[in-house]
Amino acid sequence: MNPDPGTTRTRPNHPRSTVNRLSAEDVTLAYDQRVIAERLSVGIPDNSFTVIVGPNACGKSTLLRALSRMLKPRQGRVLLDGQAIQSLPAKKVARTLGLLPQSSIAPDGITVGDLVGRGRYPHQGLLRQWSTDDERIVRESMASTGVAELADRYVDELSGGQRQRVWIAMALAQQTPLLLLDEPTTFLDIQHQIDVLDLCAELHEEQGRTLVAVLHDLNHAARYATHLIALRDGAVIAEGAPADIVTAELVEEVFGLRCQVIDDPETGTPLVVPAARKARTNVEAAF
Amino acid sequence: MKVPRTQAEPAQAAPTPAAPTSAASASAAPTPGTAAPAAPARAFRGRTVRAVGGLSVRVDVRAFTVVVLLLVAALAASVVLIGTGDFPISAGDVLKTLFGTGSASQEFIVEQLRLPRVLVGLLVGAALGVGGALFQTISRNPLGSPDVLGLGQGSTAGALVMIVLFSGSPEQVTVGALVGGLVTGLAIYLLAWKRGVHGYRLVLVGIGVSAIVTAVNGYLITKADLVDATRAIVWMTGSLNGRDWEQVWPLLWLCAVLVPLVLGNARALRMLEMGDDVAYALGVRVERTRLLLMVAAVLLTASATAAAGPVGFVALTAPQLARRLTRSPGPNLVPSMCMGATLLVVADWASQKVFGADQVPVGVVTGVLGGVYLLWLLVTERKAGRI
Repeated sequence: MNPDPGTTRTRPNHPRSTVNRLSAEDVTLAYDQRVIAERLSVGIPDNSFTVIVGPNACGKSTLLRALSRMLKPRQGRVLLDGQAIQSLPAKKVARTLGLLPQSSIAPDGITVGDLVGRGRYPHQGLLRQWSTDDERIVRESMASTGVAELADRYVDELSGGQRQRVWIAMALAQQTPLLLLDEPTTFLDIQHQIDVLDLCAELHEEQGRTLVAVLHDLNHAARYATHLIALRDGAVIAEGAPADIVTAELVEEVFGLRCQVIDDPETGTPLVVPAARKARTNVEAAF
Repeated sequence: MKVPRTQAEPAQAAPTPAAPTSAASASAAPTPGTAAPAAPARAFRGRTVRAVGGLSVRVDVRAFTVVVLLLVAALAASVVLIGTGDFPISAGDVLKTLFGTGSASQEFIVEQLRLPRVLVGLLVGAALGVGGALFQTISRNPLGSPDVLGLGQGSTAGALVMIVLFSGSPEQVTVGALVGGLVTGLAIYLLAWKRGVHGYRLVLVGIGVSAIVTAVNGYLITKADLVDATRAIVWMTGSLNGRDWEQVWPLLWLCAVLVPLVLGNARALRMLEMGDDVAYALGVRVERTRLLLMVAAVLLTASATAAAGPVGFVALTAPQLARRLTRSPGPNLVPSMCMGATLLVVADWASQKVFGADQVPVGVVTGVLGGVYLLWLLVTERKAGRI
C-alpha cells in the first residue's frame, strides 16, 4: 500500500512539544501483584500510524490496554485530550477512541451487517437506536473494509481474514479519530496479514485517523509504521520513525537477535534479516 | 501488492441517505449469494421506526411476532387453566367471571382460588425466563442458567433450614428461600470474581457451589422427621398448589421494578455478548453492568423460587426455545420472559390434565420436559462440535 519509498521517511512526525491527544504519563501498570511496567511515559503522535513492538511479555498489549482505559494504571495516568481517561464518561471515550481487541466473540447467528452496526453503540441511546446516519456510516465502514457484499452473510460462515475485516469495520463504524489495534494480524495467513495492514495504512492515510497497533512482526512494523515504539521489560528502548531507529544494534538490544538491517526492496523501509545459524556461529567465533 | 477493493470507492463516494432506509424496511426473503451489495435483504434485522426529533426505534419483526404469539398462548393457557380442576368451568364462563359478570360461586373459585395461582405461575415463569436469559448471556453459555449454577439449590437450602431446623411457618420458609438464593448468588459472584467475572469460571464455580449445596440439602433431609421431610420434598419439587394473592403481590412489585431496569440495560448486555474487551471498547461499563444485571437475575430467580419452589429447567429452556423461535442474536430478554410464563402455565395445565388436579407438582412436568430438552441440546451441540 506504500509504493513510494519516500512516504514513510519524509512524513513529518509531530513535533514532541505539542500536546498529543493520547498519552501515558508516568504510568505503572500491573495485574494484581505482577508489575508489567514502571513509570512508563508514551505519547502517541497525532495523525500517526504508531506501532508498538517488542518481545513477548514486554508489556506491549498491557500498554495498549492502559491506553484504551481497560487497565487502570496503578500510578500515573493516561490522558485523552488533556483529561485523565478514567475520569471521562465511558461512552464519551468510546466516541473518541476505538479498540480492536485480540479476543472477540461473534454472537451465534449474527449477520455481518448487524455486527458492524453494533459499532454504533456509543452514538446511540434508548430513544435513538438506529438513525439514518447510523445506517449510512455502517454501510460506509463495510465498504471501506471491503465487506459490503458480505453484509447479509452470517459471521460464523466467514474465513479468518474476512472476519477480521468485519471486526475492523465494526471498530470503524464507531467513528473514532483514534483507533487502537491489538495484534490485528495474529492467526491470519500471510496474504491476509498484508491485506489487513494495507487496510490500516489506507485508513490512516485516506481518513486521517490516528492508529496505534501492537504487531509481532518487526518487518511489518517497520514497513507500515510512521512512528515506532520499541519496548522491552516494560520500558521504551527507542521511539521514532522506523528509518531513524531500526538498526541491528536496536534489534539486538530489544529482541536479543543478531541480524542485518537492509533496505526493503519494495518500500525502502528498514528490513530486518535475522542472522543465519552458521553466520551467527561465525560471528561468535570471530570474537 | 495492493489488494483490489473495487466496491469501496463508489460506495463511499455516493452515500445516498434515502436508499438505505428503504433497503432496511424491505424485508424480502433473502437470497444468499445474489443479494446486491447496496441492498442486502437481511443485513440489518428488523424495521426501524423513525420520528421527528431524531427518535428512532428498531423493531425486530420476527421477534415481535413471537412475543405476541407467546402472549396469546400464555393468556389462552391461563384461561383454560383457570377452568381446569375439580369444578370445571368453561373458558367462556372464566372470561365472563374475570370481567365481573359470572355467578357468585364461580367468582369465588376463579378470583380467590385459581386466578392467583395462575398469576403466580405466569410471574414465576416470566421471572425465571428473564433470569435464565440474563445468566446465559452473562456466562455466554446455554448451560450457565440458574438451575445449573445452584441458585435453585441455594433457595432450597434456605427453605430446608426453615422447615427442618425451625419448623417455620410458610412465610418464614419463603424468606428462608429468598435469603438462601441471594446468599448463593453472592457466593458464586465472589468466588468467580478474578479481575471481573468470566463465562466459564462462572459456570464451573456455579456447578461446584451447586454440588456443595445439594449435599447440604441431602443432609438436612436426613435430619428431618417424617412430617418435615414430606413438607420439604413437596417444596423442593416446585409447585403452584395453594398459591394465593399473598404470593402474587410481592412478586408483581419485584417484576415491575426489575424488568424495566433489566430492559433498560439490554443494549449494553448485547454488547457484552461480544466479549468484555469489545464491550469496553464500545463504552459499556462492563463490570458495573454485569453486577447490576446479575443482582437483578438473582433477585428474580430467588423470588420466583421462594414463591413456587425450585421449578426445574424453565430458566434453562425458556431462553433457548425463545432464541430458536426468534432466530435473533442477542439475549432475547422479552421473548424469554414470555416463553417462561407460557411454559410454566402450560406445564401446570398438562400436569392437571394428565394426573388430575393437584396430584403432581408442576416442577415434575417442567423437569421432565426440561430434561429431555437438555439432552437434545447436549446432543445437537455435540454434533455441531461445540462441546
